[in-house]
Amino acid sequence: MLFELFVTFLMIGLVSFGGGYAMIPVIQEQVVERHGWMEAQQFSDVIAVAGMSPGPIATNIAIFIGYEQHGLIGALVAMFGTILPSLVLILGLGMLFYKISEHPLVKSSFYGLRSVVTGLIFYTAIMFAGNNGMLSSFSWFTWSQILIFAGSLVAFLVFRKHPVTVIAISGLVGIALYG
Amino acid sequence: MGLEKWKMLWSLFVVFLKIGPVTFGGGYAMIPVIEREVVEKRKWLRAEDVADVFAVAGSVPGAIAINSATFIGYRIAGVAGAVAATIGVLLPTFCIVLALSLFFLEMKDNPKVEAAFLSIRATIVALIVFAAYKTWKTAAVDKATVALIAVTVVTLVFFNQYVHPVALIFGGACAGIAIVWLRKKLGLKSKRKLHKDEQVYDYMI
Repeated sequence: MLFELFVTFLMIGLVSFGGGYAMIPVIQEQVVERHGWMEAQQFSDVIAVAGMSPGPIATNIAIFIGYEQHGLIGALVAMFGTILPSLVLILGLGMLFYKISEHPLVKSSFYGLRSVVTGLIFYTAIMFAGNNGMLSSFSWFTWSQILIFAGSLVAFLVFRKHPVTVIAISGLVGIALYG
Repeated sequence: MGLEKWKMLWSLFVVFLKIGPVTFGGGYAMIPVIEREVVEKRKWLRAEDVADVFAVAGSVPGAIAINSATFIGYRIAGVAGAVAATIGVLLPTFCIVLALSLFFLEMKDNPKVEAAFLSIRATIVALIVFAAYKTWKTAAVDKATVALIAVTVVTLVFFNQYVHPVALIFGGACAGIAIVWLRKKLGLKSKRKLHKDEQVYDYMI
């Protein structure tokens, strides 16, 4: 179990180019579909908790899932798995990476990589909207969810509010609406 | 290891421990803090070295915040320094996530918490859309990249069972190389509109 956790997050750490949010579908594929450690709905709560915490989202997800699966040791093992690939690459090839980061081939691969990463993040949003019943038939619940979604997006985009603030307010709204 | 070395490792650990909580929501938020702590106050690195650090941190997989801590630690005090700085930057995050997970796992069946999370889930979708929008601004620089983004989304939505997301990531890198090569071969000039480099990575790293 611990070994499985470690290998899963090692693999995720190895491919996490361009930021954590693009890793969410990769983590979901592993954690929900392959290993069946949790349901899609639960996974969406993991992302909520990880999004509230400081630090990189992929590491936060790893710590939470590791803890849920195997306590403190699980959390440590999962976190270590996510950071090990970059640690080894930096220690082993740090200066080389510096030299090649200006290489045309590296630049052009990052040019394509960034697009796929953007696509992955958009897909993550669609997937989560589906999980939460935001895309299902129109009901009072769907409408309220769409309103909360729109309000939060405005808070992020227009008012540049911090995720923690928006999540906290949203939680209060939830208690008022659904509690 | 002499006493000096241990002192060095300790101060590396402490500096990054302090930087850790600043990375709330993004590695690039660290740049000014690193400049202040590492360049101005401690004079461990020169200002121009910081640019190198972020170039490496961005081209290796993983989070910028952690990668840059590892690399700075390594530049200053070798492998031991890298480990000290990495542990320093991770420790606050680790404790906070652990505390939140504990709280959540204890409380998730409470009706009030359940109600709060019903709303928070919709906010998380908004947060992800916001992250997508920010990445879009650096990624979608021309028609080819916009097409690549569209192909990725369509593939994921409709052929999710057949394509592993990791394969798409590698496919993206290859497609990037192919597009640039083809463009050169056809003698086309890339009409890139590079957006001003604002801190696009804020929420994704």
